[in-house]
Amino acid sequence: MKKILSGNEAVARGVYEASVHYASAYPGTPSTEILQNISTHDEIIAEWASNEKVALETVIGASIAGGRSFASMKHVGVNVAADPLFTFAYTGVTGGCVLVTADEPGMHSSQNEQDNRNYAKFAKIPMMEPSNSQESKDMIVDAYELSEEYNSVVLFRMTTRVCHSKGIVEFGNRKEVKLIPYEKKFDKYVAVPAIGRKLRHKVEERINRLKVYSETSKWNYEVDNNSTTGVISSGISYEYAKEAFGETVSYLKLGFTYPLPSKLISDFCDKYDKIFIIEENDPYIEDFVKILGKECIGKDLFPYTGEMTPDVIKKYALSQNLDGIELDEDLFVGRPPTFCSGCPHRGFFYELGKKRKQIIVAGDIGCYSLAVGEPYNMMDWLICMGASLSSGHGAQKILDLDPNNKKRIVSILGDSTFFHTGINSLINTVYNGGNTINVILDNRTTGMTGQQDNPGSGFKLQGDYSTILDIEAMVKAIGIKHVRRINPNDLELVKETINWALELDEASVIITDWPCVLKKKYREEDFGLYNDMWKTKDIVIEDKCTGCKICLKSGCPSLIFDPENKKVIIDSNTCVGCDVCLQICPFDAIVKEGLDE
Amino acid sequence: MSNSIKFVGVGGQGTILAAKIMCAVLINAGYDVKMSEIHGMSQRNGSVSSEVRYGEKVYSPVIEKGSADILISFEQMEAARNMDYLKKGGILIVNNHKINSMITLNGKTPYPKNIIESIRGKAKTYIIDAQKYANELGNVKVVNLIMLGALSKILDSRHLDWEKAIKESVKPRFLDINLKAFSIGISQV
Repeated sequence: MKKILSGNEAVARGVYEASVHYASAYPGTPSTEILQNISTHDEIIAEWASNEKVALETVIGASIAGGRSFASMKHVGVNVAADPLFTFAYTGVTGGCVLVTADEPGMHSSQNEQDNRNYAKFAKIPMMEPSNSQESKDMIVDAYELSEEYNSVVLFRMTTRVCHSKGIVEFGNRKEVKLIPYEKKFDKYVAVPAIGRKLRHKVEERINRLKVYSETSKWNYEVDNNSTTGVISSGISYEYAKEAFGETVSYLKLGFTYPLPSKLISDFCDKYDKIFIIEENDPYIEDFVKILGKECIGKDLFPYTGEMTPDVIKKYALSQNLDGIELDEDLFVGRPPTFCSGCPHRGFFYELGKKRKQIIVAGDIGCYSLAVGEPYNMMDWLICMGASLSSGHGAQKILDLDPNNKKRIVSILGDSTFFHTGINSLINTVYNGGNTINVILDNRTTGMTGQQDNPGSGFKLQGDYSTILDIEAMVKAIGIKHVRRINPNDLELVKETINWALELDEASVIITDWPCVLKKKYREEDFGLYNDMWKTKDIVIEDKCTGCKICLKSGCPSLIFDPENKKVIIDSNTCVGCDVCLQICPFDAIVKEGLDE
Repeated sequence: MSNSIKFVGVGGQGTILAAKIMCAVLINAGYDVKMSEIHGMSQRNGSVSSEVRYGEKVYSPVIEKGSADILISFEQMEAARNMDYLKKGGILIVNNHKINSMITLNGKTPYPKNIIESIRGKAKTYIIDAQKYANELGNVKVVNLIMLGALSKILDSRHLDWEKAIKESVKPRFLDINLKAFSIGISQV
């Protein structure tokens, strides 16, 4: 059977064909859809983990217990999971195990551009890099064979364009793989120093065996086009190179990229007058080629950042510029993403914005990072998952060294980010006597990546009900004495709560409690909590609208200012009746539909 | 030789679905097809784009600046923003519709004037009143199928099985209105 699949869908198909038993992940662009697609197979246990470290650890346990296991995460997620990864590299596996890292050359949806190929070398584990959807599927199946044969987790490195591009995939058959009965293996899995020292030698032996494999791996091969120039490439860069150079050059296509094949590369370099290394991010292949003593052209010619798309290759390697139609920059302005109509974050940021001069906002990763832009401009920094609470604490300690300091830190993160690593940070703030204002925007889902379930959403990935984590009880258990849980669409209440927190000289937590407008699944009891959710619309009474534009400060995309009529209208196709604009309007010109008489 | 069609618009307009239907049609016709999209902003009123490349054999899934054969824009300002993706001699298909962005909504910067008048001279341009006809059909969401109908005519691909691909891509209760929208699109070219 043939189907058009994204790289992510193809990986999920491969996981199914390889008869994987257990899969876990934390959502993160561009990796999220992998586990979502895996979860559609009843044969596989698929679970959202609370963070990437937890995901990898559950998968390690599944492998130790004798199952084939799988974890996927975005590149920065591997940083979170690095601790277990580096020791798992020592212990090796029982059931085969693959870890997908989804890197982001060009940073489409990420805070950095780190090249996780370096992790394979750093952790001393084998690595594969697919170039397209078909390879994404086929390589995953093979990765499990290699994982078990070489007794190691395999790092499977993808990039945004491999993950999110679709191509035609020929399916294979599912091969049933039985569980390996559990046996206690003290000398393999108990990584105390005495055993770690022994395992260290095994790691080296494994790498030496893999070096031999790499030379003859079916994923590393030459395409001889009888040319004078050779190109060495891997991943999506190989497809870009083929597009740019066509058959004018010969290729060394590398799919198994740690350890790299020394002899294959050496021999290839010797055959050609000129060698180009086409790769995104770091000079990973290039450095290796240079260590082999071979001349090549890499980052000294090509850009060190961004994607190596065919136009980039043509520009730098062939001095060809694609002349398109000229852009007229007067004809467009930016269209940044913004909070959806009805987003529960809107009311909170609108009110918080009024305190701009008194506060510093420590931000975090999630939809609320959109508050960085117009009309909110509400973020002083943003580092990584969970860092708002802890970086805010450290900043407040320094600010308070000045006895005249009046600035307060407001640390803001969402429910899923709080579960991810924010909990640790909040424990630290309480323990060390911090006095920050900590805001948990609980929208009952993992919003930015597309409404995935989490420990507070009430559902597990494969549909069953689950315990709903009680954030308020948890925060109190940590030791926070000042906690309020509020409806963020009630602006008066939001304002009063922010003032309350600013008056306190101890750490406080504000939990805003209203679901994401895009949340897909609800429990019966939810509807009791959120009255008339999304069932109404707000409208403007034209006669009362003075055109003052104050409502536009809410940043709602449903509000449209009509420059001819000099009045605001509400787009009834998108308004969900959250009433934020209704409360902002100083002239009572906005009302609930049907209630204006 | 491969062909490149870039779909652009604003989150929520159904550009990705239109590109997916296009892919299904091309695969059924025996082409090698690749499609690329950048996720994440589609439901948040940001600019969105999907890229479809097809031919006997396709390597790169992305369309670079200056290399699209056709730019199909579901919104005026998005057409202007992406004109540099069109190759010289390329074709522009644009929905005669404006959607404000956060920047134009707050009144500080106006939505640019005379976009269509300014860009139509730069490429062979088809202006489609998709918004108007979708409203007449009673569902603005079928703008994408109207645009796709126009594209199918411009590509001279009426012999391909579009109906099958549409049937497989939309919910049964919306099939009728989507097929109507598709025919309206064809009649606009």
